[in-house]
Amino acid sequence: MSEAPAAPPTESAEGTGTSLLLTPPRPRSGWRLLPARVVAMCAVELQKLRHDRTELYTRAIQPALWLLIFGQTFTRIRAIPTGGIPYIDYLAPGIIAQSAMFIAIFYGIQIIWERDAGVLNKLLVTPTPRSALITGKAFAAGVKSLIQAVVVIVIAAILGVSLTWNPLKLLGVGLAVVLASAFFSCLSMSIAGIVLSRDRLMGIGQAITMPLFFGSNALYPVAIMPGWLQVVSRINPLSYQVDALRGLLLGTPAHLGLDFGVLAVAAALGITAASALLGRLAR
Amino acid sequence: MTTDTTAVACTGLSYRFGDTKAVDGLDLTVAEGEVFGLLGPNGAGKTTAIRCITTLLPVPAGMVRVFGHDTGRERMAVRRLLGYVPQQLSADSGLTGRENVELFARVFDVPRRERAARVAEALAAVGLADAADRLAGTYSGGMVRRLELAQALVSAPRLLILDEPTIGLDPIARTGVWDQIDSVRAATGMTVLVTTHYMDEADQHCDRVGLMHRGRIRALGTPDELRRGLAERQGTEALPTLEDVFRDVAGSGLDDRSGGFRDVRSTRRTANRVG
Repeated sequence: MSEAPAAPPTESAEGTGTSLLLTPPRPRSGWRLLPARVVAMCAVELQKLRHDRTELYTRAIQPALWLLIFGQTFTRIRAIPTGGIPYIDYLAPGIIAQSAMFIAIFYGIQIIWERDAGVLNKLLVTPTPRSALITGKAFAAGVKSLIQAVVVIVIAAILGVSLTWNPLKLLGVGLAVVLASAFFSCLSMSIAGIVLSRDRLMGIGQAITMPLFFGSNALYPVAIMPGWLQVVSRINPLSYQVDALRGLLLGTPAHLGLDFGVLAVAAALGITAASALLGRLAR
Repeated sequence: MTTDTTAVACTGLSYRFGDTKAVDGLDLTVAEGEVFGLLGPNGAGKTTAIRCITTLLPVPAGMVRVFGHDTGRERMAVRRLLGYVPQQLSADSGLTGRENVELFARVFDVPRRERAARVAEALAAVGLADAADRLAGTYSGGMVRRLELAQALVSAPRLLILDEPTIGLDPIARTGVWDQIDSVRAATGMTVLVTTHYMDEADQHCDRVGLMHRGRIRALGTPDELRRGLAERQGTEALPTLEDVFRDVAGSGLDDRSGGFRDVRSTRRTANRVG
């Protein structure tokens, strides 16, 4: 307290002084800034979920229906070649990936809402580089998707899907979910930076989520797709996520190295693009 | 002109949106420790000027300095000196008051061991200690404004920037917000830059004001100086109000550009949320 206040604190009636509020905190520098911002954004996401769990419950309904109705029916029909495992088992990793993607795609709408509410502007006036803000949001989407993934895994286990309980493999599942969610949230935030309005983004969000889902190996193997759809599936990061999840959870043959490589590169590209476009939302 | 004790210095600041020149050659100096009011009708360019000063809008180097730091070149350094309360009610309604302030403690690098104490002090300074663990969504408009003040104060800024802090509030809540600003300033000695279109508030609470119209400062001085100046020019005995001064410098044609559709809509939205 070397610097004395110009006048004594007037709020002493509250029981606390304002001594700490006279000294600015020491800036964190260099590499320590980014993880600190990521932690801050993830903490906000978890705090919000703690106050209002409605979203957690309502978002569990859709994947449950997919597994329960679609999964069980197609298990009986045996129309889709799954390499010898029950169809519902084959489907479960696809539904984990799908429900995580749906959460992440919502982040573009959320960032426009935050822009309209002034929350985004206020964060942009803090010592937080735009790339750190976007990385923070991307990992917050990952944390939320991770919770969703746990819910879907539990539902799948209840429905009798035989999943791995190997902690190392589950760790890999978590990593795949976080990386893919980071990509899809950044895709959505990039589009938000281009279209700038919530109405337009909602339309585009609806228009891309289903093609991303159907144009992947989440529901059926790539081999039975028509040629043009195989191309779509090959450039769709969701396919690589599903491939990794299937390999880790069910032990089916997978290309884990390629899968994680593609997901990491996609997340990095997404963060770069969304950070570059964030400035348009600040105007 | 620009010394270390100059809080804000704008020289020939201009900013255009498409064909509209929102700020058109603004020259402005805010001295350290003063409460400076930027006044003008909707659409005068106040908010755009604020957004240039807060680094939200990109400006070329040399146009704006905050405590000597160039906003075009040293954005991070400028941001560390600022506490900013935007026009909209910007607290997160899904978090408690304490969590709202905590977020800003984190993004301003308050170390963990003093975070809780600092957050508690900021909340106590605006009289929200008792409501700290309620969701901000349950706060009244005046309480949200005070919470935003706490968010801005937690990093001990040297310059507090408030964009229309009393917009849409009822007279009692308006007085409450100004009392809070006055007491914070008395306790910390920080510089305050505030925009408003309520001339009576500026008259009462600002050390100096700048009357802005069509992107430029049209009159500058203490409220008293401006009113006396007009009285002398008009040769009247009775002291005019700041509003009279404003009408005098802006001349006719006040209505044709007073706020685009988006301005008015966002103002109304804020007013609605404040209730």
